[in-house]
Amino acid sequence: MTQAPTPATRRAGNASRRGPVNPAGSTPRQVLLRLLVLLLALALWQAAAQAHGSVYFPPPGRIARRAHELWFSGPVRRAFLTDAAVADVLPSLGRMAAGFGIAAVAGIGAGVAVGRSRWAYALCNPVLQFARAVPPPALVPVFVVVLDFGAPMQIASIAFSAVWPVLVNTAEGVRGTDPLRLDVAAVLRLNPLERLRFLLLPSALPRIFAGLRLSLSLSLILMVFSELLPGTANGVGYTLTDAQSRSDLLTVWAVLLLLGVLGYLLNTALLAVERRLIGRGRSTA
Amino acid sequence: MTLRLDSLGQRYGDQRVLHDITLTVPDGQLLCVVGPSGCGKSTLLRTIAGLHPAREGTVTVDGTPVTGVPDRLAVVFQDYGRSLFPWLTVRDNVALPLRRRGLPRAERRAEAERILERVGLDGAGRRHPWQLSGGMQQRVAIARALVCRPSLLLMDEPFGSLDAQTREDLEDLLLEVHRTDGATIVFVTHDIDESVYVGDRVVVLSPAPASHVVLDLPVELPGKRDQIGTRGLPEFVALRAEVGRVVRGS
Amino acid sequence: MKRPGRHRELWPGLLGVLLAFGVCEAVGRAGLVRRSYLPPASEVLARAVELAGDGAFLDGVGATLKAWALGLGLAVAIAVPLGLLLGSVPVVDSAVRMIVEFLRPLPSVALIPLVSLLLGTGTETKVALITYASVWPVLFNTIYGLGETDPLAKDTLRAFGFGRLSVLLRVELPGTAPFIAAGIRISAAIALILAVATELLAGFGEGLGIFIAQAGLATDGTRDVLAGVVWAGALGLVINGVLVWGERRLFPWTPERRTAGRGGRS
Repeated sequence: MTQAPTPATRRAGNASRRGPVNPAGSTPRQVLLRLLVLLLALALWQAAAQAHGSVYFPPPGRIARRAHELWFSGPVRRAFLTDAAVADVLPSLGRMAAGFGIAAVAGIGAGVAVGRSRWAYALCNPVLQFARAVPPPALVPVFVVVLDFGAPMQIASIAFSAVWPVLVNTAEGVRGTDPLRLDVAAVLRLNPLERLRFLLLPSALPRIFAGLRLSLSLSLILMVFSELLPGTANGVGYTLTDAQSRSDLLTVWAVLLLLGVLGYLLNTALLAVERRLIGRGRSTA
Repeated sequence: MTLRLDSLGQRYGDQRVLHDITLTVPDGQLLCVVGPSGCGKSTLLRTIAGLHPAREGTVTVDGTPVTGVPDRLAVVFQDYGRSLFPWLTVRDNVALPLRRRGLPRAERRAEAERILERVGLDGAGRRHPWQLSGGMQQRVAIARALVCRPSLLLMDEPFGSLDAQTREDLEDLLLEVHRTDGATIVFVTHDIDESVYVGDRVVVLSPAPASHVVLDLPVELPGKRDQIGTRGLPEFVALRAEVGRVVRGS
Repeated sequence: MKRPGRHRELWPGLLGVLLAFGVCEAVGRAGLVRRSYLPPASEVLARAVELAGDGAFLDGVGATLKAWALGLGLAVAIAVPLGLLLGSVPVVDSAVRMIVEFLRPLPSVALIPLVSLLLGTGTETKVALITYASVWPVLFNTIYGLGETDPLAKDTLRAFGFGRLSVLLRVELPGTAPFIAAGIRISAAIALILAVATELLAGFGEGLGIFIAQAGLATDGTRDVLAGVVWAGALGLVINGVLVWGERRLFPWTPERRTAGRGGRS
């Protein structure tokens, strides 16, 4: 009845179940090493840029200063945020959060519904695979036509693109619930709500978070992309195209810096939530 | 709880797994079911538990035919790692069946702690199952089965994955529980010695396909059993030999 | 038991497609949204089929696929050796990790303005962006796959006196190959996204994205936009399908899930 997993299958199986990869172990020595390498790379870049004086690759120091000047040199009472930050960065983030939030809720909800019933899964699978295969930027023009430029278009674009990874991963996570545990739930006479709360969702949580991580990166991509289109009025992407049209490379780099940091922070936050909910080292087998 | 099987038959698709099983298990008896690997012992338990509807014949519990999982039934599976929920604490795992009783949370927890103490897991309540050894995890599974005071307890090779020492400890725990609670127990195992040591009665199934009952033997051993003494008794040796002969012969 | 099972899954799937089609058709015809805004599914499908005979359109799709293939190829050529190097020397891998952790979450589409300023709005920009975005999944999967090779096999070969390079080629490369293949599959989807995204923003030139963008500007162009989206989805499906089939043929012994823990589009 119990199949001893062979080392190969266990490892490969663990690959996707492992979830958040602990960055190669974070002993103080390794963290120091990484920090050193990063600083070294930055220093090299700084030196090379200053020696060359190329306008295309400004030194990191100047980029950081530009970023500070653009967004973080405001009054203390507004957490140092400038007008530009409030007018551009915050709305962008807000739209992304709304889109991602909708995608997460809808994706998990629909995913559970689809994953629970083998029939529903077979029914929806081809349609889902197609929806998932459409490159999300291609959908943005559709939303532009239907909803015209503005926040609803952007939120819809983000939500519609980000929902599929969550949905599919949730469905597959629920579908992969250990059949023995389903028997246990039946024997314990759990009602459907209890089954969802105590078995299906916790069991699928690693897969759900794998989907959420993908959705987060898609949300970021769509947030920027929907604002890159001509016709947008504000936002991080708009700042990019505006700077591009003026050949203001320094601002372009500053926006990239901001996006990199934002992306890193958001991913770290999601990882933290995942660790909190799933806990360390528990066997998800 | 009296359990009755009448001409019970079971299939997986076209393959016949069980054939014409007729048994009556009186209230409070500990019945051991033995048989070679793959003969359908687990299928039998699952059918009794109402997880698979019987293809032929009936399963009756206290006169009522079984459709779906009957009330006052509990099951202990062999794979404790998979049957417990790793995301719940030991205590929450054990308290889970009490939800259908409508008890408030504090009482559920207290009851769970009480049962954990009974099976020898005092203080393990706040840990998670994967933090415990195999034997302790199986004790948790047993605790979860016992917490609702079942009238019928089904056990599917529960000690098969454990080492010999732990197995003996748990066999004695089972005997003690049976003595005090008096539930009807159906205990499936492939270990012939275990079946005679633990059981009031031993039933042997023939090998696959279409297993049926080939031996039905009452175990005439003193009620108070212990690992060394009882296993040395000539009656034990004789019973064990008879069961062994049938299992091997068929 | 497998054949009847797979066929049984086919009918509900077909039904699902028909249902989805029916819903889209109904929404389009019901006039909930104006006809020119959201045409019914039948019209969209008809247009998509019609486009299959349109020479200019097919040229555009060809241009997109050419850039896609070139970018993906370059990405693999860079990422596999780099991944093997980084994976073999753990110190380097660990050291570089922090830089990588900052670069990775950066949405590649955000680089479109920068690269456009540097390289102009031609095919070079497209290919450069596709390459950049596609390098990451292959790189990570290569490193990850290298870490998953059986140390026992490596030790055995070393015990027989094979040198480091030999061990790499004989044990680690074949062991890592399935992971690399999975990484390529993920990168293929990302490459398509970048190709279409760059084209959508460029506005002129040849490509599927250009077609969609121009249709979006035209009045009553929604039908064409949606037809283009259908084509994009179909392309994505076909590419994915071919790669999955290829993986199964080349590496039948490995289980399905072979992506690195983070960011894999499994």
